Amino acid sequence: MAATRLMPTEEGQDLIDLTREICDKELRPRVDEAERAAARDESFPTEVFRTLGKAGLLSLPQPEEFGGYGQPYEVYLQVVEEIASAWMSVAVGVSVHSLTAHPVTTFGTPEQQQALLPEMLSGDQLGAYCLSEPLAGSDIGSMTTRAVAEGSGGEPTAYRLRGRKAWISHAGHADYYTTFARTSDEEGRGLSCFVVPADAPGITFGTPERKMGLHCDTVREVMYDDVPVDASRRIGAEGQGMAIALAALDAGRLGIAAAATGLAQSALDLAAGYAQERQQFGRPIAANQGLAFLIADMEAAVTSARATYLHAARLKDAGRAYSKEAAVAKLTATDAAMRVTTDAVQVLGGAGYTEDFPAERYMREAKVTQIFEGTNQIQRLVISRHVLR
Amino acid sequence: MNIVVCVKYVPDAQSDRSFRDSDRTVDRDGVDGLLSELDEYAVEEALKIVEAAGEGEVTVLTVGPEAAANAIKKALQMGADRGVHVEDEAIHGSDAAATSLVLAEAVRKATGGTPELVMTGMSSTDGVMGVVPAMLAERLGLPQVTYASELTVGEGTVTIRRDGDTASETIEASLPALVSVTDQINEPRYPSFKGIMAAKKKPVEQWGLADLGIDTSQVGLDAAWTSVVSVTKRPPRAQGQIVADEGDGGSRLAEFLAGQKFI
Repeated sequence: MAATRLMPTEEGQDLIDLTREICDKELRPRVDEAERAAARDESFPTEVFRTLGKAGLLSLPQPEEFGGYGQPYEVYLQVVEEIASAWMSVAVGVSVHSLTAHPVTTFGTPEQQQALLPEMLSGDQLGAYCLSEPLAGSDIGSMTTRAVAEGSGGEPTAYRLRGRKAWISHAGHADYYTTFARTSDEEGRGLSCFVVPADAPGITFGTPERKMGLHCDTVREVMYDDVPVDASRRIGAEGQGMAIALAALDAGRLGIAAAATGLAQSALDLAAGYAQERQQFGRPIAANQGLAFLIADMEAAVTSARATYLHAARLKDAGRAYSKEAAVAKLTATDAAMRVTTDAVQVLGGAGYTEDFPAERYMREAKVTQIFEGTNQIQRLVISRHVLR
Repeated sequence: MNIVVCVKYVPDAQSDRSFRDSDRTVDRDGVDGLLSELDEYAVEEALKIVEAAGEGEVTVLTVGPEAAANAIKKALQMGADRGVHVEDEAIHGSDAAATSLVLAEAVRKATGGTPELVMTGMSSTDGVMGVVPAMLAERLGLPQVTYASELTVGEGTVTIRRDGDTASETIEASLPALVSVTDQINEPRYPSFKGIMAAKKKPVEQWGLADLGIDTSQVGLDAAWTSVVSVTKRPPRAQGQIVADEGDGGSRLAEFLAGQKFI
């Protein structure tokens, strides 16, 4: 059952209609086979991203002056949710891609925006967001990747990047890598942000991680071996990297919250449909209150997940602070996704535990949403710091 | 080249379609509707012709109730230039003959009497009669070139490939002409968000029967050449018969099939 949506504009509703059509015709028919294949051969759904890009769905939230479509987060996130209800890996990809342009749209100079954004937002390109390192996950301040300045005295003219980034979505497939690296030793205040083109000499990639799910979201290490990056590709001031990374993550968390909501919605739809068809003791299993109430709790979880991310989105769209609300949304929606997908497997019983139904895949895909873009423990840290200050 | 594409707004085949109790016409209020998928191919082909020529305009024409504006909207989002929506209470219940009459007058009015190329899908996805293109061509006095799976526009001509069960025919007609296309001819594009925004500014004309000089007695349920006497839902599929093989499975299967007159 399609989610009930109250869109703020007619064009927002048109966008949802367009997204649903593309999901039905292009994503849903492919997802099962593609996820299974990617688990074996690490294939990547480039064509699907091209289709989304052509339709304009890869650059919805960015301002129109930069080649985006100027859509409020309230609309953009519901598009992400619709995509997730069809194909979680792709929705995560859309969210990550959006994250990669955020530093430039928010902190770039007009010259940088003019030089970089037309291509980044063209719909033909895909970005990667390179923040985490093997030894620097939640603790971003401990990163060791370095950007060594070049040029004699005064402002640097170029940098050389050296180090290793981990858990990078789209690595090896992306057209550019939004990379955070250390320009001084002052822990959190020593980080800077760079947009590194994929063809920069010295970038190499590890073998794709063998993950539990989300197979079409290729994740690898990115290695920087003295990669030259022009100073014009440094976004923001030296040392501003941490602030840029965290600002992008606030927005990115909303993308993950929306995607988790869509994933939970499809698990609920699957379970509700199955419960009304599956007969035991001469009646549908949904006729048992014990099971019907499970479905009711799933619906309540999905609806409240959606409400939390929409609340944060509306604050963001109104230019208000939304960091706490984004953390609440990410925590609520991803925990809901884990519970709802687990319950969906339960409703389907033995069938839910097999690959004949997508319930088990949903459950595997839900787990990572509690981990990436800030573990849910980090979200609680963010929330409690806001509440207890 | 200026092209008129005739499109239809149909009930979504995915939803539960039904007929109205009062007059046994298709209930279009109770279900979601959309641009008939078979018409998307005609819109796509028209857009490709105009894009390749670098000049010309695609006009989308529909006859239908208020909601049929959504079919025009979708075609405009795909890239068509303008829309014509013929809507009139009296049209309700019209059969194919009356529909083709309204379409013909609307095509004339939209093109100043001289259409260059009129395109349609091969049939609607709801009525699935497939006769309107031929009737429309007849009323307009145009060559009818139907079931095109490939189309080339030449100097004053249009050439199509029609795939039959046993052979493919190549058919050429002089322009102006009417062409109906199959679902083999192309892969319709999705609208883009840019297209969605652009569509809002495109002109859509609203005409009634009076604008087309058609008398209400020529259309509608009462003017239809056929009438629907009763409507019966297709019975739910009955459970199949299971033949347990006790050594005589083959002959019992044959018995069953013979009983159903399959063999």
